[in-house]
Amino acid sequence: MNLSAKQKRSLWQDHFGITIAAGQYGVALAGNPNVGKSTIFNALTGLHQHTGNWPGKTVDNAQGGFQYQQKSFLMVDLPGTYSLLAHTVEEQIARDFLCFASPDVTVVVLDATCLERNLNLALQVFEITPNVIVCLNLMDEAQKKRLKIDVQSLERELGVPVVATAARQGEGLIELQEKILQVASGALPTNPRQILYSPEVEKAVEHLLPMVGSIANNTLSPRWLALRLLDGDRSFLDSLSSFLGVNSCWEGARCAQ
Amino acid sequence: MCAMMPTRSLSEVWSEAEIVRRSYPNSFSDQMVADIYGNVEQITNNVLTKQGSKRYLFDQKLDDLVTSKRFGYPLMLLLLVIVFWITMAGANVPSRLLASGLFAFQDQLTLWFQWIGTPSWVHGVLVLGVYRTLAWVIAVMLPPMAIFFPLFTLLEDSGYLPRIAFNLDHIFKKAKACGKQSLTMCMGFGCNAAGVTACRIIDSPRERLIAILTNSFVPCNGRFPTLIVVSSIFIGGAVAPYTGLVNALVISGLILLGIATTLLISWLLSLTILKGEPSSLVLELPSYRRPQLGSVIYRSILDRTLFVLRRAVLIAAPAGGVIWILGNIYIGQQSLLTSLGQALNPFGQLFGLDGFILMAFILGLAANEIVLPILLMSYLSTGYLQDFTSLEGLRSVLVSNGWTWLTAINMMLFSLLHWPCSTTLLTTYKETGSKKWVLLSFLIPTMTGLSVIFIFTQCVRFLGLV
Repeated sequence: MNLSAKQKRSLWQDHFGITIAAGQYGVALAGNPNVGKSTIFNALTGLHQHTGNWPGKTVDNAQGGFQYQQKSFLMVDLPGTYSLLAHTVEEQIARDFLCFASPDVTVVVLDATCLERNLNLALQVFEITPNVIVCLNLMDEAQKKRLKIDVQSLERELGVPVVATAARQGEGLIELQEKILQVASGALPTNPRQILYSPEVEKAVEHLLPMVGSIANNTLSPRWLALRLLDGDRSFLDSLSSFLGVNSCWEGARCAQ
Repeated sequence: MCAMMPTRSLSEVWSEAEIVRRSYPNSFSDQMVADIYGNVEQITNNVLTKQGSKRYLFDQKLDDLVTSKRFGYPLMLLLLVIVFWITMAGANVPSRLLASGLFAFQDQLTLWFQWIGTPSWVHGVLVLGVYRTLAWVIAVMLPPMAIFFPLFTLLEDSGYLPRIAFNLDHIFKKAKACGKQSLTMCMGFGCNAAGVTACRIIDSPRERLIAILTNSFVPCNGRFPTLIVVSSIFIGGAVAPYTGLVNALVISGLILLGIATTLLISWLLSLTILKGEPSSLVLELPSYRRPQLGSVIYRSILDRTLFVLRRAVLIAAPAGGVIWILGNIYIGQQSLLTSLGQALNPFGQLFGLDGFILMAFILGLAANEIVLPILLMSYLSTGYLQDFTSLEGLRSVLVSNGWTWLTAINMMLFSLLHWPCSTTLLTTYKETGSKKWVLLSFLIPTMTGLSVIFIFTQCVRFLGLV
């Protein structure tokens, strides 16, 4: 969403219970369960969060700040999910945060030992927000399993920065922070690969596109909206109308012009 | 322009999207999930090299086989039949040995009681009631359990069970339920209460309720002995050389019927009180492991076999005493037990059962394990079983009480499709927190079972087959 910094701060506060300071970058941490997300979160923020179990099912429980190069970052650890298709409460929380809070950077943590399964989530995140960094964690485990991942090619395939880490050993975390800063400040442009669906899906999306642009004030990717409508995802519709309701003042303002 | 309020235009777009969705014969969501995986596979192929990890290749090949369209189902069926074949063929001899040992000990007990000079009613309640029922429960239940549970635990440990869920996902989806429901059903084979608890793994509340309400359609361990014994007496026994195999096929058929009923009822629930669309399944298929034999035996015998046996014994012991008392208190010419049985008889006959069978099932609400022992106790409360070491002896008891093959089939059907036991009902209450769902979990299987045996019985009688 293209919100002003102030609008964004109040949105984070009202809807997610997260207080973000002026000038602080918001960083979301997404990933499958058990990929070492909490290890990365703890290593960067210096907290000791047991993020495996998501307490209270709200995002304000797992947040922590860190400084890098005199810049301040607020990191929000999202529940571990396999997808964002919102079949579970956790998936819904993660999706709503990425969608409506529009963090400055989203770090998708992948388990390098099961790349295929983990990429599924990454591609879904790419559909929602362009500002993504992929963190390829558990590289040490992958090496033990004699899996060789070509990080440069992966970066090219995905169109976003890929950082290889072994968070338990503390490897690659400085580079991760550097990339977070670069993407957050806009110094490093990203162009995430978009999922190419089969022709019948693409045709249906095409058909719905002209209609969806207006409903969210172009604040959400119209393509993604069309896909959710094809999904028949009611929970998303509920979230959407709840968030649009809050922001209807801008709608009114725009109409008045 | 302002007339286009966000919510209204939202609902307009929603209905437009619905038209598009309907126009497509398949589900867009499924297609999209498949497409995402297609994209992912492409990327992975370009960036990932496996350096000859043989283990990984083996898992992959095995998964290609056990989850393939062609071999997935036949393999599951084959495993089902093999597991029951081994169970029933293996349980036969130990059951007979246990029975003859335990009943020989009963005679010894009787001698001791006479020697001490206890009143005959004390001997009646304790020996003819409590001990004899316990002997039945142990002889009939222990051997099949001690074989079935380790086999089941082997499958569980090897990592095959999640593959079953994977295979069955698309039929469950057709019934608008969740593929993980098959895992909760697998747990139900052990104990329906455990199966209901296992429903927590299903994320969508709607699909979880469906799984809870239909869990008792898979026969739990307390009901297997009933199915096995009745099938052995009336069906397997009729085809002498292949008894074991025929029994395994009959039991497997009943389980398939239970699964079919589960799917049908799940589907009906999705159309009526639990409306909704199925969600996509994301299931982690763990890598195959060689099961550790020691821990399999330890866990299956201690955690499962002895646990279930203990429960059965705790309930069967007092029940045996009560049945003996009921059978030996006379009002006029008739014992109380006979009067009760006769009172229920017209109702039982309507459904192709009899009064005693119905009574046994009602008392079996406490635990399904005691249905068959109670039934035998009721038939024998006044008479004596001459030869309890062979099925022929049991058969003659049942036949002399008016059993036909129709009664046997109805008994098995009703055992498969009737109310869950009290523990399961209690667990359902704990899991759903609502009396309404408990009531439904009682009524749905009961009405299903009664309808099935009523229709079956009336058809058979109408055609004059019995």
